[in-house]
Amino acid sequence: MTEQSIKTKKEPFLRVVKKTEISFARTLILSLIAVVAAIVAGGIFILAIGENPFKVYGTIVKGAWRSEIAIKGTIKIAIPLLIASLGITPAFQMKFWNIGAEGQIIMGGIFASYFALFFNTLPHGLLLLLMFIAGIVGGGIWGLIPAYFKTKFGTNETLFTLMLNYIALYTIKYLTEGPWRDPSSSGFPKIATFVPNARLDQIFGVHAGWLIALILVVGVFVYLKFTKQGYEISVVGESTNTARYAGMNVKKIVMRTMFLSGAICGIAGMTQVTGAAFTLGEGVAGGVGFTAITVAWLSRLNPIVILIVTVLFSMLDKGCSVMQSTFGLSSSVSSILQGIILFFILGFDFFTRYQFVFRQRVKRA
Amino acid sequence: MKKETMAIELKQITKTFGSVVANNKIDLSVKQGEILALLGENGSGKTTLMNMLSGIYKPDSGSIFINGQNVTINSPEDSIRLGVGMIHQHFKLVEALSATDNIILGAKEKGIFLNKSRFEKIRDISKRFGLEVDPEKKVYQMSVSEKQTVEIIKVLYRKADILILDEPTAVLTPQETTRLFDILRRMKAEGCAVIIITHKLNEVLEISNRVTILRKGESVATVNTADTSAQELTELMVGRPVELSIDHPETFFDENLLEVHHLTVSDEEGFETIKDISFDLNRGEILGVAGIAGSGQKELCEAIAGLLPVKKGAILYHNENLVGKSPDEIIKMGISMSFIPEDRLGMGLAASMGMVDNMLLKKYNEGKGPFLSKKAARELAKRLVDQLDIVTPSIDTPVRRLSGGNVQKVLLGREIESQPNVLITAYAVRGLDINSSYTIYDLLNEQKQKGVGVLFIGEDLDVMLELCDRIMVLCHGKITGIVDTKEATKEQLGLLMTGATMKGGEGSDRTKH
Repeated sequence: MTEQSIKTKKEPFLRVVKKTEISFARTLILSLIAVVAAIVAGGIFILAIGENPFKVYGTIVKGAWRSEIAIKGTIKIAIPLLIASLGITPAFQMKFWNIGAEGQIIMGGIFASYFALFFNTLPHGLLLLLMFIAGIVGGGIWGLIPAYFKTKFGTNETLFTLMLNYIALYTIKYLTEGPWRDPSSSGFPKIATFVPNARLDQIFGVHAGWLIALILVVGVFVYLKFTKQGYEISVVGESTNTARYAGMNVKKIVMRTMFLSGAICGIAGMTQVTGAAFTLGEGVAGGVGFTAITVAWLSRLNPIVILIVTVLFSMLDKGCSVMQSTFGLSSSVSSILQGIILFFILGFDFFTRYQFVFRQRVKRA
Repeated sequence: MKKETMAIELKQITKTFGSVVANNKIDLSVKQGEILALLGENGSGKTTLMNMLSGIYKPDSGSIFINGQNVTINSPEDSIRLGVGMIHQHFKLVEALSATDNIILGAKEKGIFLNKSRFEKIRDISKRFGLEVDPEKKVYQMSVSEKQTVEIIKVLYRKADILILDEPTAVLTPQETTRLFDILRRMKAEGCAVIIITHKLNEVLEISNRVTILRKGESVATVNTADTSAQELTELMVGRPVELSIDHPETFFDENLLEVHHLTVSDEEGFETIKDISFDLNRGEILGVAGIAGSGQKELCEAIAGLLPVKKGAILYHNENLVGKSPDEIIKMGISMSFIPEDRLGMGLAASMGMVDNMLLKKYNEGKGPFLSKKAARELAKRLVDQLDIVTPSIDTPVRRLSGGNVQKVLLGREIESQPNVLITAYAVRGLDINSSYTIYDLLNEQKQKGVGVLFIGEDLDVMLELCDRIMVLCHGKITGIVDTKEATKEQLGLLMTGATMKGGEGSDRTKH
């Protein structure tokens, strides 16, 4: 056959094709490649600012684990992130895009602080129990509000939960400058530091939040996988029509799940104020509610994986701050580095779902 | 010599999706002035093959020749430029625009202003091929057959002389089908090459010159229509001899199961999708519901199942009114009613869950305590796999990865296992191969003999006339007639579907009742 004149344009050099479902092993390999690529790209950045990438990376890893204090620091970073990621998980499993973890953490913190500030003469155990419940209620209500409006009026939960974050944040500001202002702080607007009676106990040198977090890992895992309510959440997430068809009360399930989601985030807020900060400040959530979205999503909503990913995230966070002080770099440098690493890891998620097909060489007859 | 040039020639086309070989070394050719029927069961690769001609997919290997030239088709745009026009099963029209606007949409003519001659051109095309459509009419006001006509004009407007129609008759009444076939014959006479994808044998025999049969992604044979028969085609398609008749067992129950009185259902905008309909369903009968797509079939099912709010009327089950009850309450009342919805993965099943979890869907709440018990569901899933020959890698594989026929077996199996008194099936065999379809018919007949009342929403009138005891015809949400299948004809049903009411007869009495 002779070469015919080809009427159409040449085939494009590169095409994107959706992959069929890929195996667990391949996902693992892709994730490893992503980490390597992230480290290389970060290394180039470090090189560009005139430092030795190997030394810097070494400091980051060592920084997170080098001493008992460092390890405790890493764990302290991990606690709220882990709890909040677990909190988001049931909502996301239901495909309810709760990006209001930040606000739910804050509300949990505010409610818990109320008892820490005004009932701090109660017996220690009772006080902490009250604060714990208050955290659950505060966060839960903050989760319930958008769920109520979504089921009642069909409001968009993404915008709604986002806006509630700001309301929560400015509520702290109001409390700090107004009713809860510490009279002994000589004019500086802040809320009083909690008395020792209202502080969370330490277990093995770190506040007991880590134990709560680990219990929640198991709890959320079991809840989603083995209970009737967990099954309902999955079905609603799959299709609300199927859920209705099966006789489920979708509205009830959505509200219940969002209360739970907010409540868990509220626990994160409670442990922060009473275990780490010993006061209520604007930084109580400090972006953890947003990082938690990344963690939960990256872990494919699996609580066990969330635990692992959270530890890695916290290492990076802690290590970067050590790196920053060791090399005398500005804090933006470590933020940029974290950003680059995250970008690659999230970006590679694309390749678990799509692949490139390159143009094939046409054989000439 | 020119006569001998093939309009389309496909050589050794192979296409794989992941590990699935959709097309394996397929050869196919169509001459100018010829109608080729592409016959094959669902999943045999017909649509994949045609999508490669229309530039939606690209073959992994093999070559495409159009009018004798080896071509590479990268996009639908290339395909149109080569004169290939595809009319998809699901129309690709802009609802809010008029016929004319839809036709010129994407035609990419030169100049800034629209050319006045477009009206002229559309009129010419319409006249030449005997196509009738009001160019000013908006698409959302059109019937299915009108929309199809617009699609056909659209590709002809772009000078396509090779037409591919993907299951064009699936949505048409018998009368509309006859009209479409007239149009196709005109095209053939004008020298166009036409490929028609279908799995209705009688249509293949009526319209085509040659038939290419695909089975499991391979082209098993190409035969001249004049030299073949329905029996032979089926055997080629299925791969072995098949009995082509549907059982129609007689039952002798005499009891009303479900009575529907003056049922009216309206959608969110207040538009009445079901208008004042009354009928009853008896124990041990299959009551067919026929009608053009979108005549209210879906709404009727969902209203009975308690999924849609009812505006007026009553649905009586053993003299208990179901209106206003939620699906949950209906289940709790001890009424075993099963609904096989049209959208299997969107309503009847949870797509990314496995068979076991799907078995639990209506029963998960049974048993005490907060935890799920999957043991019974696991056994049920295993039993269904054996009984219904469900092909799945495992009972925990997400059901969306199963083929259409197997998905339907999972759903129907689960519902039948719940031993219902009333079984509502919407398009029970849609997308299923012949073998699976017959399995489903047998299952339904079995239920009927047990005394179950079956409401069978269907689309293939030939099948319905054989399977059902009575057929109720819907048109624009109203009942235009209820006929006994012993006396009814396909043509009569076709007329009822387009809105002609029965004169005098029993059906209209029942509705007025």
